Formats: sequence, C-alpha cells, structure tokens
Amino acid sequence: MTLTPEQSFVRRVAVQCTLNGQPTEFLAAPYLSLLETLRETLGLTGTKEGCNDGNCGACTVNVNGRIVDACLMLGVEAEGKTIETIEGVAPAGGLHPLQQAFLEEAALQCGICTPGFLVSAKALLEAEPDASEQRIRLWLAGNLCRCTGYDKIIRAVEKARDQTK
Amino acid sequence: MATVFLPMPIRRRIGGEPSLTVEGATLRQIISNLEERIPGISNELIDPELDDRVIRSMSAIIDGESAHMGLRTPVGENAEVHFLPAIAGGAPQSVTLPNRNEER
Amino acid sequence: MTTTEKPQEFKVVGTRPIRHDGVDKVLGRAVYGADVRLAGMIYGAVLRSPHAHAKITKIDTSKAEAMPGVFAVMSGKDMPLVASGALDLGETVDDTAFTSDRVMAHDKVVYKGHPVAAVAAIDQNTGLEALKLIEVEYEVLKPVISLEEAMAPGAIVIHEGLIGSDQGEQVKNTNIAVHNRLEFGDPEAAFDQSKTVIERTFIISRAHQGYIEPHASTVFWAPDGKITVWTTTQAPFGVRKTISALLNQPLSNIKVTPTEIGGGFGGKIPVYLEPLAAVLSKKAGRPVKIQMDRRAVFEATGPGPGGTVKVKMGVDDKGKITAATADIRYGAGAYPGASIGAAASGIFACYEVPNVRVDSYDVVINMSKTAAYRAPGTPQATFASETLVGELCEIIGMDPMEFHLLNASKEGTRRPDGPLFPRVGNEGCLLAIKDSDHFKSTLEPSAEGKLRGRGMASGYWNGIGNKSSVTINVNDDGIVSLVEGNPDIGGTRTTIAMQAAEILGLPAEDVHPAVGDTDSVGYSDLTAGSRTTYATGTAAIEAAKMVIDEMKKRVAMIWETEYENIEHIDGMFTNKVAPDRRFTFKEAAGKLGQTGGPVAMTGTVNVRGSGGGSFGTHLVDVEVDSDTGKVEILRYTAAQDAGKAVHPSYVEGQFQGGAVQGIGWALNEEYYTSDDGSMINSTFLDYRMPTSLDVPTIDTIIVEVPNVNHPFGVRGIGETSIVPPAPAVANALADAIGARLYQTPMNPGRILEALAAKKAGK
Repeated sequence: MTLTPEQSFVRRVAVQCTLNGQPTEFLAAPYLSLLETLRETLGLTGTKEGCNDGNCGACTVNVNGRIVDACLMLGVEAEGKTIETIEGVAPAGGLHPLQQAFLEEAALQCGICTPGFLVSAKALLEAEPDASEQRIRLWLAGNLCRCTGYDKIIRAVEKARDQTK
Repeated sequence: MATVFLPMPIRRRIGGEPSLTVEGATLRQIISNLEERIPGISNELIDPELDDRVIRSMSAIIDGESAHMGLRTPVGENAEVHFLPAIAGGAPQSVTLPNRNEER
Repeated sequence: MTTTEKPQEFKVVGTRPIRHDGVDKVLGRAVYGADVRLAGMIYGAVLRSPHAHAKITKIDTSKAEAMPGVFAVMSGKDMPLVASGALDLGETVDDTAFTSDRVMAHDKVVYKGHPVAAVAAIDQNTGLEALKLIEVEYEVLKPVISLEEAMAPGAIVIHEGLIGSDQGEQVKNTNIAVHNRLEFGDPEAAFDQSKTVIERTFIISRAHQGYIEPHASTVFWAPDGKITVWTTTQAPFGVRKTISALLNQPLSNIKVTPTEIGGGFGGKIPVYLEPLAAVLSKKAGRPVKIQMDRRAVFEATGPGPGGTVKVKMGVDDKGKITAATADIRYGAGAYPGASIGAAASGIFACYEVPNVRVDSYDVVINMSKTAAYRAPGTPQATFASETLVGELCEIIGMDPMEFHLLNASKEGTRRPDGPLFPRVGNEGCLLAIKDSDHFKSTLEPSAEGKLRGRGMASGYWNGIGNKSSVTINVNDDGIVSLVEGNPDIGGTRTTIAMQAAEILGLPAEDVHPAVGDTDSVGYSDLTAGSRTTYATGTAAIEAAKMVIDEMKKRVAMIWETEYENIEHIDGMFTNKVAPDRRFTFKEAAGKLGQTGGPVAMTGTVNVRGSGGGSFGTHLVDVEVDSDTGKVEILRYTAAQDAGKAVHPSYVEGQFQGGAVQGIGWALNEEYYTSDDGSMINSTFLDYRMPTSLDVPTIDTIIVEVPNVNHPFGVRGIGETSIVPPAPAVANALADAIGARLYQTPMNPGRILEALAAKKAGK
C-alpha cells in the first residue's frame, strides 16, 4: 500500500511567480490545475471549486491583471506571472472597500461565491472605476451566485465604486 | 369536544361525514376515543416504533399546526384535528429490499 | 379572532448589523467542507454506475486494492443493507433500507451515478486512477424514465420489495409508491353549476437546487470507535442519526461538525458521502475526505422533482371559485419521497375553494432520488394552478389582481387540505403589490420585433417549528457567547444573535454566535423548512430570558435586596426600592464572580409551526424577442409576509434569491434526459442558471403579519419566494405573446414554437 520512492516522486516543476504581492516559489505537480495547486500545494483555500470546468467563476483569480478561472489553467502556468487570489484582496490589517461594502450591503448569504466575486469586482473597478450597473452586471456575469439573486452584490459594487472614485 | 377530520383513506372506506366530534385532552386520548367509534383505527394511525407519534406517512395537525409533542400534544376545547399526508411522499408502510450480498 | 395591534418597539430586531461571520467570509478564510485539512488525511473517490438500471453481476476491487498509494477500497459488501425502518429527519421521515441502498448500491443500480464502490488514496489523482482498476460487470436492464412508463400497467418494477400505498391500500409490484387523495365537498356537482370551467395539463421540469458548493465530507473513524465527521450539511444531527442507522453504530459515538455551507436549499439534508468516507476511514485508519464533482452533483444528488400537474377550476358569474381539482404526479427518482404532500396542501392554498379534490402520486423512476428544493413540491404545483388562474382571468375578462383578492384565503378560510388558516398575509401581499409603483406604472410599449407583457402570481409555504437548543454564556466583560446547532446558510447565526440581544438589552455586536457540533450543543433540528430564524430564535429568546432572570438574582445579592425588587428595563438592571442603583449588563456581568458560579443558560424549544405560513405575491414585466424567443426580465417586484423581519437585509435577500431561482426554473432549467436515463446537460454551461446579466433589480416589499407562535411575531420566510416566479413569468409571457405555454422551462425554442403556432392560427 505504500509507494516506492520512485513511484512517490512525481516530476514536479519548480515555479516562480508573484503571488499576492510576494515573490513565491513552489513545486508544481504538472497535472494539477492552478485551482488545485493553490488549494492543495499552497494551502490557499479561499479560492473555491464550484464546477471545475470554467462555468461558475467560484475559482476566479487575477493573473497579470486579467480575471481567469483558476480551474482552466495549470499550476505550472503560474511561472513568471503575477497572481492575485482572494487572500490578496485585503490590504494588511484591513478590508478592501469592496469587502466592506459586501458586508454592509448583505451581499453574501452562504458566501461560497464571494471570493470569486470580490476578485472579479476588484479587477472591474480597477479597469472601469466609473462602471455603470450594466457594465457591472456584464463583468460579473462569469460569476454564478445561487443565493442572492445578484441584487445586493450589484449594490455593494456600486457602493464601493462610489467610495473609491 | 374536538372536531376530528378523519384521514382520507379511512373516510373513503367508511364513507359518511368527513369529520366527527370526539372527546380528548391529548391526541392519544382522541385516537383512543375514536377507536370506540371506528374499531381498528388506532392500529392504522399509531406506529409504536416511532416514539409515540402517528405513522410516518402522516402528520397530525391540531388547530393548524403539527402535533409537536406527538400523541402527548394537548388538544384544546373546540380544537380541530386533521390527519394529513406527511410533507414528503413518505415511505410506504413496509418495504423489503432484496439483500443478495450472500449470493454473490 | 382578534389580535392586539400595538406594535412592539424593538432596539435590535429590525436593524441591519453586519453579520458576525462576515469578515471571515469576505477574506476567504471561512472553512467550508472542501477546506477541511487534517493530519494524515487521505482522499476518497467514488465509482458510480454508468447505467440507470442494471444488476451488478460481478464486482472485483482487488486490483485497486493492490495499487500503490491506495489505502482502502469499499463496495456494497462493506456496508450491508440495513432493514427497513423509520429514519426521522425532523421535516421528513425516510426509510433506512432505501437510504442504505441509495448511498451505496448492493445487488442493483437504480440510477446513473449510483455509487458502486469507493477508494481512499494518498491524493485525489491516485484515487481517480484507482477507480479505473475496479472491475464491475452489469446486466443492463431497461430503465424506466418517464412517468407514463413508470405508472403503466405491467410496467417494469424498479423495486420488487416496494409496497405502495394507494389511499391507504397496500399495492405490490408497482412503481407508484404513494397515491393520496384529499377531498372536501363535491367538485363534480360544483363544476356542473359553474359559469366557466377550464382544465389544463402542465409539465414541470426536474430542477436542481444549484448550490455552488459541491458536497464534501471528511470522516475519521478512530480505533476506539469514535467517528468524527466534518461535512457540509443542513442537518448535523440528521447526519449523525443516519450514520448511526446505516453503519449500526451508537449515536453517541458519532460527532458531526458542520462546516460552513455553500448553499443548500434542501439539497444538503440527505447524506451522500459521509457513510462512504466513514467506512473507508475505518479500513484505512486515516481521516478520509471525499469531494463530489459537479457532474455527480447533478446526476447523483437530489434535485426537485419534475412531473405533470393537471388542474381544473370553475368559477361563478362573479369570478368566485366554485371548485378546483388537481392531479399531481412527480417523478421521485429511484426511491420514494417526492414532496407530494406539500404540493397537495399548497396548490390551492391562496384561495377559498369550497369544493376540492387533489390526487397526488409519488412515482419511482430510474433517476437519482429527489430531495427537498425550497418549498418542496410547491413551485411545480403552483406553476400549474397560478398559470391556470391567469388563463381563466383572461377568458372571463377579469383582472387577475381582482380575482386574487376576491378569492383570497384568509383567517378562517379552510385550507384545501382541511385545517383552518389563522391570520395570514395573503391579502396583505396582494394589496402591497396592488399599491406598488410597479403595479401602478404603465408598461411602456416595446420596440419593433419585441413584445412586452406583465404578469402576477401568488404563492405559499407553511414553515415548520420543531426542536432547537441554544446556550448563552456570559463573559466578564459583558459580551455573551451563543452556541446554536443550525448551519448558517443565509445569515441565521446573526438573526438568532439579534433576538437574544433584544432580550438581553445588548447591541447585536455584543452577542457572539457560533454554530456548534453535535456534542457541544443540544439537539437541534435541521436548517430547513423556513424554521431557523423562527424556532432557533425562540430558543435563543428562552435562553436570554433565563440569563436575565439569573442575573437579576445575582444583582439582588450584590445590592442586598429582594429578587422581586430587581427590574431589567431598556438594558439596565434597576432596584425598585432604590432607583438610584443601576447596572448596565456589562457592569453586572463584571461582578458575577462574587455571587456564585458563571452564568450559562440553555433554552430548548419544540415549537409549533409558523402560524399559518408565509404568503407572497410577485409581479413581473417581460420583453420577448420575437425572432429569437429570448426573454428579458424588465422589472420584478416580490412582496412576502415575514411576520416580523429580524434583519431586513437578509429577509430581502431571501425574497430576491428565491425569485431568481424561480426565474431560472421558468425560463431555462431542466434535466435533458436521454432514453437511457442519463442527464445530458450536467454542467453549469448547459444547466443554465441565471447570471447577473439575466435579471434586473429585484424590488422587495416586506409585509408583516405577526406569527402568534413567536414572541416577536417572526414567521419563517426562506422558501415561499421560489413559488410565485414561474407562473408570474408564464402569465407575463402570455400577455406579451398572446399564446400560453404549459411547460417549464419556457425557453426560447418553446416560445418560438408558440409564436409560430399563433401565427399559423392554431
């Protein structure tokens, strides 16, 4: 039942990237997605698995300024990239205005989709600081929420937008 | 005196009015007094396995709310008692799934 | 029955504090089922049947067992079928034999995705590889998928041992597990006397709850027999009871810790993975975690049932309902238990119906067993009844709002299944909508090629009460901790804390709520049935009152006076005979050490239901593109009775969330099933739930008609909001396109067909 030394050593790939603002080095198993790598290899469980096929956005991360579903990338593809996960959204010791707005506007019920939404919304407001409700809905259409009906999420993003303009 | 609406299957069998007036301060007493008018109804309504409540495919409703203390639930004067099918379809009375593990 | 109308004044209830678990959740730190990490943990994977109906003729796990990295393998022989018995899960009673068979197949598989074996391995990938080494031979049987097939005389019987009940009579060799009938008066005679009678048949799609978090469970079976479970569940005590029954282990040896939960809607009440992880853990001697993948969630967990509902309604020349009948048939899935009882109770609940008959059928078919999905059974039935009402109003030329008001059930109305309604909010919600800006606004004409329409519908769900336990501990600094046993899917730990805070005279922030495990908190029934804020809140109120009472005794000691002289008013302890002596809660709490032990109180309740249930009325404006059939929701307003809204933001959130689920069910959601019983659209791409682009702002109106069973009047509200949307959308569509659809989802294809048929003059 135990693995032989040869069997247990999978040819892992050394990866260097910038993760949540920090230079980070790790050994990536080549067959693991970025989602699995974040959660299992790096212990960052804030990014959630909802579907594992790029259709729900629960695993949204920011890679080189672009929001992507981490389940659609391989962990080895993190090489040389700048990656932000939910764990990097808040400034040290505080909350990002989006996080504060989500709390004040009751924009989460079960909270499982919240990390994905926050990463997406942060990228949205950085790209379009003056986004209209329609633009917000468009940007966030890749993040599924089953609990809230989206209404309070939109209100929260609008609130954060108005505060940071 | 409480007004008791008989469960549909029993109404269907014995015909007549959907409800009768029955004495009883608890659900258990009501059912026991019903037994005198409709012999055999206790066996149909009560499941001894289930912690003193009615059979699992049924809910006893007293004045619009479920009998939260089972057969001990108090029944007030002029109360209404209904026996309704349980929220989910309810597993039928008895079932035997063939267990053929030994035969494999 | 009169009720005093003096409104209660509240300090905390009705405000909108930030939820206590919010910071962890927005930081991504909250621990959900898949986030559990334990020392030595290994990973499980489940082998699932590719066939919807087959005998297992051979199963050989030896190669998988021998694979390096595999710690344990199990199959049906490791989890013997238990005898039939009652498994009381609070809201429903399931059968132990059926549950035992459902979680792990024994001699036969009865749905695609039915587990036939499972492994535990060093990592997820090794586990998945090991599954490929398990050899299973099947003798494929013809699957029974449609209701017609399942109910036909001479149908292939899925469970030979099933004894069905036909209005109380036992029936063998059947797939019809239950046929119930409820009847009052004489509908046939009343139809004969009616001015207008219409009858329609509706087909409603099977629809999944769609929670974003798949099931995930971790179990450690220790050498001393203690079984510890971390799992995403709505019912920790239910999980404990089920594992005990299925694995024949003492209840008290099992401890269930509910993790944070990523959505449930009823679908996380049944167990799926826990017993498998337990058996694997026992064999492996390690904690075993199993996570379900999304495909398995769609195929092998319990969605809400689809089925057919035939409805008939008659009215007199004033539009007053004379009689109504219904025939409700749901596909329960591979084991009995579709919610036909609630469907039969709810289908006409919004109306006074003097003559009624409802037949309901719980039918077994070769798909996964259905589970509760928010107001189980009722959205499907109400789609039929409220869409029929919409058409009836068109035919008799009566405004639907006036029809609803004329026929509205109210206090003293006999519910169609028998009990009398107490004071309820049906008319209140109708009038709230009638009085709304939305209702009063004119629907603007649409552009070329687009068609606009407006529709309304009402709905109802009767919440449960049941048992809860809450413990409150007073800390020296005047903060209290509160432990309760209900997983928090929507902010309930805060609404429960707020009710305790109200009694204690504290701000909401000074009550720290926690959801405890099954060893740390007294028995609590599940988070479902719209019960949590209501029933567990009542237990919190009980505990808080006990705390205040005990603190009064202690304050009396400190002030050396009689207990009877102490009052607690507006958050202050005062002395009737020495009014200058006052303590805040904080001050009193800081002095308790000198007066006896710590103050810790547990309130336990077994409360009755939600005082007649929660009614709702929804209004929707739609725009249809006549070229593509696509529907845009232009405007939506949801009114619903909350009794007393503890935290209005979370009440609004429940109204909005249920509305959007209902919209999804109305427009897009269904199980595309092939002839062999496979769900073809088992991804979020093809099982199309609404996105932020698909819905507008959902306006909400909270109506408050107090629930007399609760000290503050709180009603359970979590479920009703999914009931009105589909018929409201159907009625709006009919208004827009001038043709009726009688099937969900009312997707673009079906709309285009309806438009084409209308054009062809059919």
